[in-house]
Amino acid sequence: MLCRVADSLFWMSRYLERAENQARFIDVTSDIALGYRGSEDVLWSSLLHAGGDVEYFQERYSRPTRRNVIDYLLFNRDNLNSVLNCLTAARENARSVRENLTTPMWEAVNRFYLRVRQAASQSQQVLTQPHPFLDQIKRSAHQVLGVTEATWSQGEAWQFSRLGYQLERADKTSRILDVKYFLLKAEAGRAGTGSELDVVQWASLLESTGALQMYRRSFGRIQPVNVVDFLVLSRDFPRSLRFCTQRSLESLRAISGNTGSVPANQAEQRAEEVLRELEGARAVDLLERGLHEFVDSYQTRLNEIGGAVSETFFQLTGYAAAG
Amino acid sequence: MAAGAANYDELLTVEGSPRHAALSECLSALSGEVLAERQRHAEEELLEKGITFAVYGHNDGHEKIWPFDVVPRPIPWDEWIMIEAGLRQRIRALNLFLDDVYGEGRIFRDGVVPESLVKSAKTYRPECIGFRPPGGVWTHVVGTDLVRHSDGTIYVLEDNLRCPSGVSYVLENREIMKRVLPEVFSGSTIASIEDYPERLLGALLKTAPAGCEHPTAVVLTPGIYNSAYFEHSFLAQQMGVELVTGPDLYVDSSDTVWMKTTRGPRRVDVIYRRIDDDFLDPEVFRADSMLGVPGLMRACRAGRVTLANAPGTGVADDKAVYQYVPAIIRYYLNEDAILKNVPTYLCSEPDQCRYVLENLDKLVVKPTNESGGYGILMGPTASDEERLRCGEQVRRDPRNYIAQPMLTLSTVPTVINGRLAPRHVDLRPFILYGDDVFVLPGGLTRVALREGSMIVNSSQGGGSKDTWVLLSETPFTRLQEQEQFSG
Repeated sequence: MLCRVADSLFWMSRYLERAENQARFIDVTSDIALGYRGSEDVLWSSLLHAGGDVEYFQERYSRPTRRNVIDYLLFNRDNLNSVLNCLTAARENARSVRENLTTPMWEAVNRFYLRVRQAASQSQQVLTQPHPFLDQIKRSAHQVLGVTEATWSQGEAWQFSRLGYQLERADKTSRILDVKYFLLKAEAGRAGTGSELDVVQWASLLESTGALQMYRRSFGRIQPVNVVDFLVLSRDFPRSLRFCTQRSLESLRAISGNTGSVPANQAEQRAEEVLRELEGARAVDLLERGLHEFVDSYQTRLNEIGGAVSETFFQLTGYAAAG
Repeated sequence: MAAGAANYDELLTVEGSPRHAALSECLSALSGEVLAERQRHAEEELLEKGITFAVYGHNDGHEKIWPFDVVPRPIPWDEWIMIEAGLRQRIRALNLFLDDVYGEGRIFRDGVVPESLVKSAKTYRPECIGFRPPGGVWTHVVGTDLVRHSDGTIYVLEDNLRCPSGVSYVLENREIMKRVLPEVFSGSTIASIEDYPERLLGALLKTAPAGCEHPTAVVLTPGIYNSAYFEHSFLAQQMGVELVTGPDLYVDSSDTVWMKTTRGPRRVDVIYRRIDDDFLDPEVFRADSMLGVPGLMRACRAGRVTLANAPGTGVADDKAVYQYVPAIIRYYLNEDAILKNVPTYLCSEPDQCRYVLENLDKLVVKPTNESGGYGILMGPTASDEERLRCGEQVRRDPRNYIAQPMLTLSTVPTVINGRLAPRHVDLRPFILYGDDVFVLPGGLTRVALREGSMIVNSSQGGGSKDTWVLLSETPFTRLQEQEQFSG
């Protein structure tokens, strides 16, 4: 397929996943806020820290209040990763490769975009009561995934799209783990591990990835080491880092048609390395080493995979300049 | 040409009797409310599907939903036969003309068309001298605009030989009609148009460079901000070929065109290019164009790639050259033109120019090379200031203006605010030329939605209707016959 088309499909998917995850971030923070006794500003800052948004935010808003942070993450036009910008970008990408999508897919993306745009025009209402809109974001994202699953042939185009979804999902799940780290840091020992507050916060983390029920089935009661085990290393849970890395590698191999054991390109090589590490890791070691350090390193390596994907398939460095 | 006493209505005679009994019967069986309801239904469909076009210079987002009206515009079969023959004749003659203009120039030597007029056209491309496209086909896709004057005669308003657009709306309009007015459909026998993408693909592949066994065709688009982007994407999808932008292609040192894919370069043999000549190739035309492909003309002249339509065709749809088309038909085909031209005054001729300037209040003045209905002066309805400005423009650049008497376009009932009202229409049939000429039955009927207006272009408030070439005047009889035979 055309390099440009692969690029657009990949990014359309990344932006859609990114938007859904923004909604989840806000959700988990709102949840934690319900039982939080500390300063609201501190809580909402943790979300900015996890997303690497602090400086950018501070240039535009006076205080990290709930309203300001949610506005920043949902509607701010200067925030490249705001839900509004994500949907605008996703839809533009979809439109420019429309003939490669099925009609229901295009219509689902288009509808998602129109809903977000409408919410942005009524932002004050949404900020007062954000939950219905956050739910709508998740539902709209799922609708796109649903029609994609039901109507799209799983050829090369589908693989590039899935690759985009999986890499983005892995990155965002790792950031949700980081929210906890920043919270702990800010609280500086106020809530000890295993305390009631701590458990509530871990439960919120799980809930925001839709994982709470599945976790309980696998592990029962909440213990940080098990939460990490579940979200990082689970073979079956679709948002775990291992699951997403595995699927990314599968898509890469399908794209290059590689059935052998040697990676066909840089992107495959890097994805394989990360996967092997996850397969050999133990949650207790990760916690010992430091969850934040692990997340940081994982995110860096995901970026490297993304860079390699771009170089290998989108950037056309192999093509001679014309004339 | 005499001005008719009243507007010619495509559905009703002046006395009010229906021209097409079966069709009118079906339509009158639907109350005004029902029709308005179906109209709303159609508009919702278009919104949901995102069938849009872009309008330059609008602030509220650059896409607009395509305006469509449910009442179809009928054409009787015997009239269509005449139109089809006339269009076929015209396209064949114009292709021979283009071959000659960029070739031997016999028509100039024989004094039929002035060489200076042709070569001073803004769209004349000296880069095409000596070039011969595969099969001698210059205009693979043509959209010729027809109007019916109040005297009942059909005239050719202009030919569009470069990148005529609108066929995707023809196809989408038909789909919408099938869903929104199914009972009217079942009562009439209408020429089908669904095979257009198949025929277009055929025309493209048949004009591939010689020796090409399994040619690869693509649609080349300027991109999502172009006003006709929806159509580019739609046609590519319907034909099952790639939609490419300039940067997706490159031309190598052997003058071969390649597209950049994730599995390496893939050769391209035929390009349905929806980019104007000016922007097509920065090596040869505008050097600042980011939309084109450097070296494309090289590849084209070397016969390594077919461009549909060929570069340089614009010279034959220059409005001054239009005046000579009947003579062109006679010269190459030895036939009289079946379809009439609108009488045209060339401002490049001093005495004709003088007449035009003295009669600006009676004439329609058009630049020879604009599209979208821009730059046109509707003399009879224009303000004094507009006429003054037009006069100045004509004096400054007479070669690039022509004038015609104002026609009173025929009307078709249109749903306006829930009721039916007559609105002026024109017709753009589409003609394909591969190994033979194919005329799509019907075409795009454009309707001026403002009362009394005759400007039908979508960029200026126009809408469209489905066009029905009626295969039989008494479809109910035919149905009865069928029932007899099926026993």
